[in-house]
Amino acid sequence: MTVAAIETEALRKVFGDHAAVKGLTLQVSQGEVFGFLGPNGAGKTTSIKMLLGLVAPTSGKANLLGAPIGDRATLARIGFLPEHFRFQDWMTASEFLMLHGELLGMDMQALKKRRDELLERVGLAPFRNKQLRTFSKGMLQRIGLAQALLNHPALVFLDEPTSGLDPVGRRLVRDVVHELRNEGTCVFLNSHLLSEIEVTCDRVAFIRHGEVVRVLELATLNGNQSVVTIRASGWTSELVAQLEHWGHDIQFTGEQLTLTVHNEDSIPEINRFLVAQGVNVFAISPSRISLEEIFIETVGKDGGL
Amino acid sequence: MKKIWILARMTFHEAIRRRIVLTGLILGILFLVIFSVGFRMISTEIAKEGENRPAMMARVMQNEMSSFMLNAGLYAVAFLSVAMGALLSADALAGEISSGTIQTVLTKPICRSDVVLGKWFGFAGLLALYLLLMAGGVVLIVFLQAGYIPQNILTALLLMYLEALLVMTFALMCSSAMPGLATGGTVFGLYGLAFIGGWIEQIGAIFNNHTAVQVGIVTSLLFPTEAIWRRAAFEMQTSVATIVQISPFTTLSVPSVAMVMYAILYLLGTLVIAVRIFQNRDI
Repeated sequence: MTVAAIETEALRKVFGDHAAVKGLTLQVSQGEVFGFLGPNGAGKTTSIKMLLGLVAPTSGKANLLGAPIGDRATLARIGFLPEHFRFQDWMTASEFLMLHGELLGMDMQALKKRRDELLERVGLAPFRNKQLRTFSKGMLQRIGLAQALLNHPALVFLDEPTSGLDPVGRRLVRDVVHELRNEGTCVFLNSHLLSEIEVTCDRVAFIRHGEVVRVLELATLNGNQSVVTIRASGWTSELVAQLEHWGHDIQFTGEQLTLTVHNEDSIPEINRFLVAQGVNVFAISPSRISLEEIFIETVGKDGGL
Repeated sequence: MKKIWILARMTFHEAIRRRIVLTGLILGILFLVIFSVGFRMISTEIAKEGENRPAMMARVMQNEMSSFMLNAGLYAVAFLSVAMGALLSADALAGEISSGTIQTVLTKPICRSDVVLGKWFGFAGLLALYLLLMAGGVVLIVFLQAGYIPQNILTALLLMYLEALLVMTFALMCSSAMPGLATGGTVFGLYGLAFIGGWIEQIGAIFNNHTAVQVGIVTSLLFPTEAIWRRAAFEMQTSVATIVQISPFTTLSVPSVAMVMYAILYLLGTLVIAVRIFQNRDI
């Protein structure tokens, strides 16, 4: 059995009398791209900081790549892009990568090669000798991303990796995440940009008040599933029940009915069925379920405040 | 050990890049130029005064004046090194924690103690260079112009270095627990307390007031900076000054060798506490 990339059990952090993370129980496999979603103040960043040993958990257990958190040898196999990407701004881009590579204990020759590769990859090669203080927000995020990938990590934590980026930069992050997945790297992504999460992640966990409230495989979401709204008259309760053949989550409000279908291709079939049964159909409109809807449904409109 | 070296080098590099070294160098040279000009003027006056007196007497006058000026110069240097030490480290850990730059460093395979020790060695190196330039400059100016070299100068310089290290380490300890401004306030507050305590002790010694001397010793135990400076001044003191007991830099109540040992242990203890606090805090 391969070890999980991340495994936590009732991980908890209390600041004073406020529980920032109530009890995080989570399992992320190696090679998986995992989205960590939740409203502001849900304890996402604190959770990441606990996993990386920056914040000591009040109670609970966690393993990264099979070793308990805080294990230094494991940190050499991990990459991290922090949320606010504030770095040693008096260094040049090149010096910054060299420093972090040295702290990782990388071999000098390999490090120089890797530095050049990554500067090229994140599009900062022309700015390698510029001090970070002259960098824009987006450039800082790019150099931070390069820093997180220096050691070819087995597990990368990206905390809001696209918050400072323009569409081109976001595309870059998305492509980098895809590359990492192909290389078998586990990516732990904390982001508010649900559209980004939707296209990059294999699975997501929804966090509220520092607890996992739902874990979702995005493959099912990205399939052909959609919510169909049918406006019609002449319904009978047997008819409504029979619709279960094509979908689930049926909600009926007298004139309007919504159901989630397994496959959009079945919509014409549903129409033919209803007409044949003598129902007056005025409209059938399918809509894809977005991650945003699931997010709001899961964490609530108040955002868990 | 290698990681400490990397971080010490980074600290050094940062001080150069942030123009701390350059500013210190320019102001230091300015200080030395003014000291040199002032010393020349006073030296000439004393030489004129000495012309009508026996050669022996003129020599003593010249030496006493040199010693007095040297002490004044070194006292200023000691204060500047202390200020340098406090300013370098007051915001060192606190600043990096609040800005978040420390996060990518601490998530590397290093110990938290490496970060504290790396900073410490970096600052210690900078302070050594600063002290060497400033104190070395003052001693050299006096030697070149008056041919005077105080006794035990090396011991005195080492004691001055100990004083600067003490303040720097204390500031680093505070910085691992609280914001930079609070650290600065605490360190200079304690320095002031030790300073006034030292004077109370000195004046108490003139009048043989034991309580006043005790007050001085207690403040020295609290923060041994002033005591270390007075030990350094005592090491360099001329025998004439010891007998006459006149100048403000003449040491009357001499801090013992035990006090120097205490200061060294104080420094090490402070460093250990700094590491401990930093190891146990959330970032």
